[in-house]
Amino acid sequence: MGMTMTQKILAAHAGLDSVRAGDLIEAKLDLVLGNDITTPVAITTFDQAGFTKIFDKDKIAIVLDHYTPCKDIKSAQLCDQARKFAKRFGITHLYDVGTVGIEHALLPEKGLTAPGELIIGADSHTCTYGALGAFSTGVGSTDMAAGMAMGENWFKVPSAIQVVLKGSLRPFVSGKDVILHLIGEIGVDGALYQSLEFTGEGVASLSMDDRFTIANMAIEAGAKNGIFPVDDKTIAYIEGRVNRPYTVYEADADAEYTRTVVIDLDQLEPTVSLPHLPSNTKTIGEAAGLPIQQAVIGSCTNGRISDLRAAAEVLKGKKVADGVRCIVIPATQAIYLEAIHEGLVDIFIEAGCAVSTPTCGPCLGGHMGVMCEGERAVTTTNRNFVGRMGHVKSEVVLASPAVAGCLADPRG
Amino acid sequence: MVKGTVFQYGDNVDTDVIIPARYLNAPSPEELAKHCMEDIDPSYAASVKPGDIIVGGWNFGCGSSREHAPMAIQASGAACVIAASFARIFYRNAINIGFPILECPEAAAAIHSGDTVSVDFATGKIVDETTGETFQATGFPPFIEEIIRHGGLLKYLKARQDG
Ligand code: SF4
Repeated sequence: MGMTMTQKILAAHAGLDSVRAGDLIEAKLDLVLGNDITTPVAITTFDQAGFTKIFDKDKIAIVLDHYTPCKDIKSAQLCDQARKFAKRFGITHLYDVGTVGIEHALLPEKGLTAPGELIIGADSHTCTYGALGAFSTGVGSTDMAAGMAMGENWFKVPSAIQVVLKGSLRPFVSGKDVILHLIGEIGVDGALYQSLEFTGEGVASLSMDDRFTIANMAIEAGAKNGIFPVDDKTIAYIEGRVNRPYTVYEADADAEYTRTVVIDLDQLEPTVSLPHLPSNTKTIGEAAGLPIQQAVIGSCTNGRISDLRAAAEVLKGKKVADGVRCIVIPATQAIYLEAIHEGLVDIFIEAGCAVSTPTCGPCLGGHMGVMCEGERAVTTTNRNFVGRMGHVKSEVVLASPAVAGCLADPRG
Repeated sequence: MVKGTVFQYGDNVDTDVIIPARYLNAPSPEELAKHCMEDIDPSYAASVKPGDIIVGGWNFGCGSSREHAPMAIQASGAACVIAASFARIFYRNAINIGFPILECPEAAAAIHSGDTVSVDFATGKIVDETTGETFQATGFPPFIEEIIRHGGLLKYLKARQDG
C-alpha cells in the first residue's frame, strides 16, 4: 500500500522504509520552535529533568512574538528567561524586538523551513509550513523540551483526508476563504488526528501566501498537519532563502485516504466565521450588517504582504467608519518595511487605522487591541473562541483581509 | 484508582476557556489553577476538590498548543479528564506531563455533573456510582503507558539517556 506525503516524510525521519497510519514512531527533527509563552515552560521542564545539552544550536528557533514588545512585568520576565537560555546554549535563531516577526510568517521568510523537513513547534499553528511541503505540527512545551534535548520525538503516524482543489480563485476571494469554507464543511474536529493533504490542479493557482494561510488553519479542523505538494511557486519562494539540501516528497498514487473533499475554487464566495467556532461559516452575503467596533488585520494567518495589499486596496481613499477601531499589524519586520515602501502604511494611516510593530497582540487577547464586554471584532486571525480577543462576552468574526477592510469601512 | 465528583462540560471545550490567554504569563501552575475553566464555569476553581473528574464531549482541549491547559487542570486538583475525544495537542500534552486522560464516548454521553465516578487507570474501567453504569475506556498503547509510568516524557527520556 502506498504512503501519503506526510507518511513519507515521517518514515524518512524515522529511518524506516515505510510507515502506516496508527504506527508509533520516533523521528528526527529538523527544527524545534518555541515562543515567549511556551519556551519558558519548556526551559523549566528541560532544567527540572536535568538536561544540560541541546541537540543542535542551529536547529532551535525561539521567537518572542506574543506579548512583545513586553506588555507587562510578567511577560518581560518570561522573555528574559528565554533570552538567557538562548545565550547559555548559543542558540542562533533567537528573534527579539527589532528583528522579531510572528513566528509562522518569520520562519519561512528566513528560510528556516524547507520542503520535506520535519518541524515541531510549541505553538499550534506550526502546521503553517506544510505550505512548503514540510511536515510540521504543533506540540506542547514538554515536547519542545524533549526536542531541544534529543533532536527527536514520538509521533503517531496520521491517516489523511485528501482535499482536491479545482479551478482557480476569483478576485477578492483568497486562501482564507478556502480554509474557512473547508472547516465549515468538515467541522472543527473533522480532521482530528489526521493530515489534510491538498492536491488537484487548483493548487497551482494559489499564491504561496494563500497556501500559508490555508496550512496555518489546518489545526482549526483538528488536523495534525496540512500539506501542499511542492511546485514551481514553492521552489521560487525558497530560492535565496533556503541554502541547504532538501527533499521533495510526493504522495504515492495508491496512497490511502479516509475521505476526499473536493473544493471548486471558481464557486467560492468570500466567507466569514461567526462566533464562537471557526466552523460556524457563512458567506459574506449571509453575514452582512453585523455591527463591529474593531477590525484587526494581521496575525500568522493573514499578516503577509499580499494580505496588507488586499486590505489597502479596499481602504484606499476611504475612512474607517466612526465607532470602529482598525488595527493593522504587519507580521514581520520585512513585511512592515515593504508595506512602508509600497505606500500601504500611508493608505492605512490616512484611512484612520492604527499600524503596529509585528506582534501577535490582539489575536490572542494579549495586548494592542483587547476588547471589553459586548464588543465585536472582525479579524483576519484564525480563532473566534469565547473570550479569544478579550472579555468573555466579546465576539470575534473571522474573515479575509479584503472582507475585514470592507467591513471597517462599510460605506465602500 | 480515583473517585470524585464530576464537572461535566460539552463538546469542543477549547484551551481558551480552560485557561484564558490573559493568564498565560502567570508564573506557576497554582496561579493558573485559580483561573481554570473561568470562562465556561466561573465557579469551577473554587469548588473543585482533589480527585474530582472533568467530563467533556467531543474534541476536548481544541485550540492552542498551550501546555498551560492540562497543567491548569492538573494543578486544580482534578484527577483526570474523560471525554468522547481529545484534540491531539491536548492529548499529547496531557500524556507528556503524566496527566491521565481517557477517551470514552459512551461515558462522556451518560455521565452528568455532580455524579460520583470512579476510574481504574490500569484497566480503563469507569463506574458512575450514582447511576450504577459501567464503561470501558480505550487503553493506552505500551509506549505511552511507559511515558505515564515514568511520570512524563522528559523523565522517561532522561531515564533512557542515563540508562
Ligand atoms: S498570530 Fe495568533 S494564532 Fe498566530 S501565533 Fe500569534 S497568537 Fe498564535
